[in-house]
Amino acid sequence: MMRSLQSRAALSVAGLVACLPAWAADAITGDVKQRDLNWHAIIMFFVFVAFTLGITYWAARRTRSAKDFYAAGGGISGFQNGLAIAGDYMSAASFLGISALVMTSGYDGLIYSIGFLVGWPIITFLVAERLRNLGKFTFADVASYRLSQTPVRTFAAVGTLCTVALYLIAQMVGAGKLIQLLFGMSYLSAVILVGILMVMYVTFGGMLATTWVQIIKAVMLLCGATFMAIMVLATSGFSFETMFQTAVASHPKGLAIMSPGGMVSNPIDAISLGVGLMFGTAGLPHILMRFFTVKDAKEARKSVFVATGFIGYFYILTFIIGFGAIMLVLGKPEFTETIVKDGQPVSQLIGGANMAAVHLANAVGGDFFLGFISAVAFATILAVVSGLALSGASAVSHDLYASVFAKGRATEAKEIRVSKMATVALGIVAILLGILFENQNVAFMVGLAFAIAASANFPVLFLSMFWKGLTTRGAVVGGLVGLLSAVVMIVLGPAVWVKTLGHAQALFPYENPSIFSMPLAFLTIWIVSSLDNSAQAARERALFIPQFIRSMTGIGAEGASKH
Amino acid sequence: MDEALIQRIQSNPKFTQLVETRSRLGWTLSIIMLVIYYGFILVLAFSPTTFGTPISAGSVTTIGIPVGVLVILSAFVITGVYVRRANTQFDQLTREIVEEVRQ
Repeated sequence: MMRSLQSRAALSVAGLVACLPAWAADAITGDVKQRDLNWHAIIMFFVFVAFTLGITYWAARRTRSAKDFYAAGGGISGFQNGLAIAGDYMSAASFLGISALVMTSGYDGLIYSIGFLVGWPIITFLVAERLRNLGKFTFADVASYRLSQTPVRTFAAVGTLCTVALYLIAQMVGAGKLIQLLFGMSYLSAVILVGILMVMYVTFGGMLATTWVQIIKAVMLLCGATFMAIMVLATSGFSFETMFQTAVASHPKGLAIMSPGGMVSNPIDAISLGVGLMFGTAGLPHILMRFFTVKDAKEARKSVFVATGFIGYFYILTFIIGFGAIMLVLGKPEFTETIVKDGQPVSQLIGGANMAAVHLANAVGGDFFLGFISAVAFATILAVVSGLALSGASAVSHDLYASVFAKGRATEAKEIRVSKMATVALGIVAILLGILFENQNVAFMVGLAFAIAASANFPVLFLSMFWKGLTTRGAVVGGLVGLLSAVVMIVLGPAVWVKTLGHAQALFPYENPSIFSMPLAFLTIWIVSSLDNSAQAARERALFIPQFIRSMTGIGAEGASKH
Repeated sequence: MDEALIQRIQSNPKFTQLVETRSRLGWTLSIIMLVIYYGFILVLAFSPTTFGTPISAGSVTTIGIPVGVLVILSAFVITGVYVRRANTQFDQLTREIVEEVRQ
């Protein structure tokens, strides 16, 4: 790239420092391993930030009521929301993590992508319309529709915050690594920059700004990934067979990359991963929240169809991009660095395996396109963390503050203020978590978020809409059992117990807990609800019929606000 | 929603029809998706070499590649089938129910 241009690098550092607050200057002048700087990336990134801050300003002037803040006034179209959902889902973890997984393991990357996708049809058939007809701002609105507000909303808020925190970790780590590579900034300052921008989008522009940031980024990402995939195919004469042959010839694992490998060596883990990804999608609070931004059930359903199409297309692209990285990036000296790990020199991709797609952009499109893809990847992180922050903040303000503490007596203005304060707090937590989890595989961290979503949020949400017999007691006890069992199994499993805490042997043998924790949650909910003979339980069961009618017909559902 | 409205909706044959057809279609398509996906995962888990078989002699492309892409396409197509039915039949039924019970 620009190895020799020391003076240019120094200049751009000066330029960067000028744009950044004082804390960043130290990080840059400190003993950071100086990366090559790419002006294209820096300029494009700042153009994106300036443009999205402009949108945030525009959105801020249109965001007055709580409905504007949480749900963009319900005025987003089905197609726009579909793109925004796709944007939420095509996170940096998907883009960088899965293309890296394809590069290192080949076919296994495709298995992961498929798992991420197949939850969408289920959401369309069973969740989307009912959710839109019943809820207002958060999935807790639906879960607590006929149940006792305080316990169910508290549970839903805890489930939301756990999912959001885990998902945030993955995004923050991705952000840190990416900016470290691109800007020559330290990991710490990169993570702090992301945290600050995220807080700005959400606190000033609410859901309207978050949605448009998401849409713009989704379009940029889809265009960039399409270009990369076409360039990769062009290098192999648009023949998949030639592409696979070249990749097999240059990959250290050879033919093994064309077959399922290590990821499914353990059948229980493979199925468990599938359960987690499929049902976790239907329990992700920041995704569920998107269904309240459209005007009715029809638009909600349309948005999932649009999202499924774009996400499926995107995963096919990441597969091609991963193979492109095998052919054009893996093992090439210009993209390899030597680091010292456990006292041994190890050669790896510059910035780690997750940088596969970024290096490929350089290989197929030069510095300018590298700049574009880097800016897109960074924009992706910003957009996704903003959606997550809004979702986490809503759980705090709408569920915990307005419903649990103020018992529905808080004014809208007060609720929005609490939401903004919660966003700031989440920004700080996200930065701290980003620092703590610097060296974890990002795609894998997302898997953990999915396990909790599948084991805690999904069973309660699903049964609240489908099972007359659900009671408050059953929902809270069963949901907590699902949550705790997923967390405990993750902590005692290989990812945390061995890789993070440094123990020799995992106490729980599987990476993915969902196959145990999700049925356990369903079973507990069923047993506790069935045994619940209280008068309150009888009232809650009686309320199912009106709820069911509303979920089916939309009579009484929240409309779009008019302005 | 008052008690009388609930009664009128529940006794409306079109509501019964809506609930039945929507549930049947929703569950059928969900089961199809589950079978496709878990079929895929089970083959991976219990017979990993199946998908590693070359698509033809001398080719490095394995059967797993087109199968994987087909699973992705099936998710999109199945969602499309539901949305199409819902946009026409279900929305029409819902509109009729709402009009009839509001009279």
